Amino acid sequence: MRIRIAHQTRYLYDRPVRAMQQVLRLTPRDHDGQHVIAWRLEPSAEGCLVALDDVYGNRCHHFAADHPVSDFSLSVTGEVETQDTAGVVRGTVERFPDLVYLRDTDLTSASEEIRTFARDVAGGAGDPLSALHRLLAATHEEITFDTELTDATTSAADAFAARRGVCQDLTHVFLAAARQLSIPARYVSGYFLRGDGVTQQEAGHAWAEAKVTGLGWVGFDPANCISTTDAHVRVAVGLDYLAAAPIRGSRRGGGNERLDVTLRVDTAQRQTQS
Amino acid sequence: MVASCLRLERNLRLISKKATGEGLAEAAFDEMNGGPNGSAGVRSAYEGLHRWLGEQSPEFFNTRRSQAELFFRRVGITFAVYGDNETSERLIPFDIIPRVLTKPEWSFLERGLKQRVTALNAFLADIYGPQECIKAGIVPADLIYRNPYYRLEMKDQRVPHDIYVHIAGIDVVRVGPEEFYVLEDNARTPSGVSYMLENREVMMRLFPELFAHHRVAPVENYPDALLATLRSVVPASGNRDPVVALLTPGRYNSAFYEHSFLADKLGVELVEASDLFVQDDIVYMRTTQGPTRVDVIYRRIDDEYLDPLVFRPDSVLGLPGIMGAYKAGNVTLANAVGTGISDDKAVYTYMPEIVRFFTGEDPILQNVPTWRCREPAALSHVLANLSELVVKEVNGSGGYGMLVGPHATRRELDEFSRKLKHAPDNFIAQPTLALSTCPTFVASGVAPRHVDLRPFVLSGADEIRIVPGGLTRVALKEGSLVVNSSQGGGTKDTWVLDA
Repeated sequence: MRIRIAHQTRYLYDRPVRAMQQVLRLTPRDHDGQHVIAWRLEPSAEGCLVALDDVYGNRCHHFAADHPVSDFSLSVTGEVETQDTAGVVRGTVERFPDLVYLRDTDLTSASEEIRTFARDVAGGAGDPLSALHRLLAATHEEITFDTELTDATTSAADAFAARRGVCQDLTHVFLAAARQLSIPARYVSGYFLRGDGVTQQEAGHAWAEAKVTGLGWVGFDPANCISTTDAHVRVAVGLDYLAAAPIRGSRRGGGNERLDVTLRVDTAQRQTQS
Repeated sequence: MVASCLRLERNLRLISKKATGEGLAEAAFDEMNGGPNGSAGVRSAYEGLHRWLGEQSPEFFNTRRSQAELFFRRVGITFAVYGDNETSERLIPFDIIPRVLTKPEWSFLERGLKQRVTALNAFLADIYGPQECIKAGIVPADLIYRNPYYRLEMKDQRVPHDIYVHIAGIDVVRVGPEEFYVLEDNARTPSGVSYMLENREVMMRLFPELFAHHRVAPVENYPDALLATLRSVVPASGNRDPVVALLTPGRYNSAFYEHSFLADKLGVELVEASDLFVQDDIVYMRTTQGPTRVDVIYRRIDDEYLDPLVFRPDSVLGLPGIMGAYKAGNVTLANAVGTGISDDKAVYTYMPEIVRFFTGEDPILQNVPTWRCREPAALSHVLANLSELVVKEVNGSGGYGMLVGPHATRRELDEFSRKLKHAPDNFIAQPTLALSTCPTFVASGVAPRHVDLRPFVLSGADEIRIVPGGLTRVALKEGSLVVNSSQGGGTKDTWVLDA
């Protein structure tokens, strides 16, 4: 499937910022089942844009501007050809042994409640793959999708206690539980082409990958309760949201900021028809 | 493995015979009086001091002690105690009876410390580089990769001159005339050196006659040694005349006094992150003459707070972009990012093997015999002997704390037993050591109190420098083995006698 993405993140500042820096994980790489045909990353302000890979092997850009900016936007446009690999992700850049992905982080450490949840869900599942499928269903079932309650800093434990959250929270809970079961698991940030024809979205997507012996890394999308398909465009991985975050920034001056995100994920075909 | 367990067990018996519960002070080796209970007579290094103590009147000591306190108040050497709202700053008690090491004792420690710190640096360069020690089976891979203090950001990242731990504070305890153990390796931002320097200064002012009769090795060259060390690790792209700055989290930090003290002694700028900025991967300091490039940063901020773009995003103490400058090789951070893995308590247990692997020599300084509860045989031994052992959590901040078996109640023992069974990987256990004692002024007069020693080891591109001695910490409460200043510990001047 050919997926076309147009993603703009716009910052409006009360006063011009004096200087800004951003670390951007907004550029996908190729792997089996994913081929990037065209990709463009454009900051609206003049500045220094440097490409470099991060420790996980994600394509990363560092942007810095040291002149006054009061209206700044980052535009990403691109086209990616994808194939359904039944969730199995091969041909990726791997910088660390799987052991790393058993690590807890502040956002993904398991509470007693998540530990019990993981044990109960996996109990009796003969092999890790079926345990993961059960975990996928149970996480989706247990946590109600809700954009109001949580934010980017909410931990898996807190989201689980509230039983509410967005794709980031469901993914964190899935990671915490999988790691409790000694299954290496990691956070993926990317884009998702919706099946219902809705192309305008409010934010990018997030899901998990777990390492299954014999198969390799397998994508699990707890918000949609599916293994990843050709509707997923994989951009960055890490131990948690913070490590794979599309944008991390800091600025001097500027006062309050207003953030405005527009995202369109569509098939290339449909767009040419319209 | 079985053999090493047996060896450990023998060691434990030797020590625990001397060290069960209340009678620790009586069982301990006394720095002045030798064997337990002063049975061996005054040791020769202490003869002058012993005589002098006997010759003075109690009033003399009382006067001198209040003068010492006045001195510390005047220079403003205070210590902030976290979670103590009433008195947010207080003095660390100073004891006027020095702790004395002989030249041969010090030479032995010095050799051991140099070897240990050489191994620590080689170990860090290896685990962030080729990882030979993991491949050779010296250290288990999961202990490194799953440890939060192993900073993934530093993998395959060369640091200037391959030095990671520029400033180490190696805590050493003594249990006998010739028996020294390393209790822990502090390889992040060890503090306390300002007390070492101030203690000497106050002693020289109060008791010039003592220094006239003893040849005490000087410590006041520490700032010069530190500055030389920091300047030696300038990055290749840096200034020919390196600019050094000391980065502090600010005046609310418990060690702020030390930060400002050291910056002053070193003659370098004391900066907070807001005094710095990063442009084109170069760190600059704002000065009245305009921006000045900084080459070496002696940072007293933890890794996690260093750069909000890479570590904790909510850090207001850090400098955005400093990791980019660091990775580009344009600034040296001392200590390097990621050194916390080397002073982790679980990694500590592998130090004897690490020293052997990287130096090709037998360790000069011994580790405290330690059981890794991750190993089933060790775990069952620990569970069976819990009331005699000290159990410590290895990493993370689970709030599990520490168990001192001989001082614990039945309930605490049961609780720890449960924790150990639940997550054995998180714990190590050690025998309760009878730390040596040193005569100390207390309310009732002079009495033995347990001490440790933190020498400061400086690793530069050119050489390893150690000023003789270090900081002696003393547990002021009778029978207490906890010397930490936050737990009511005090300090003493530490003498290395040249002859």
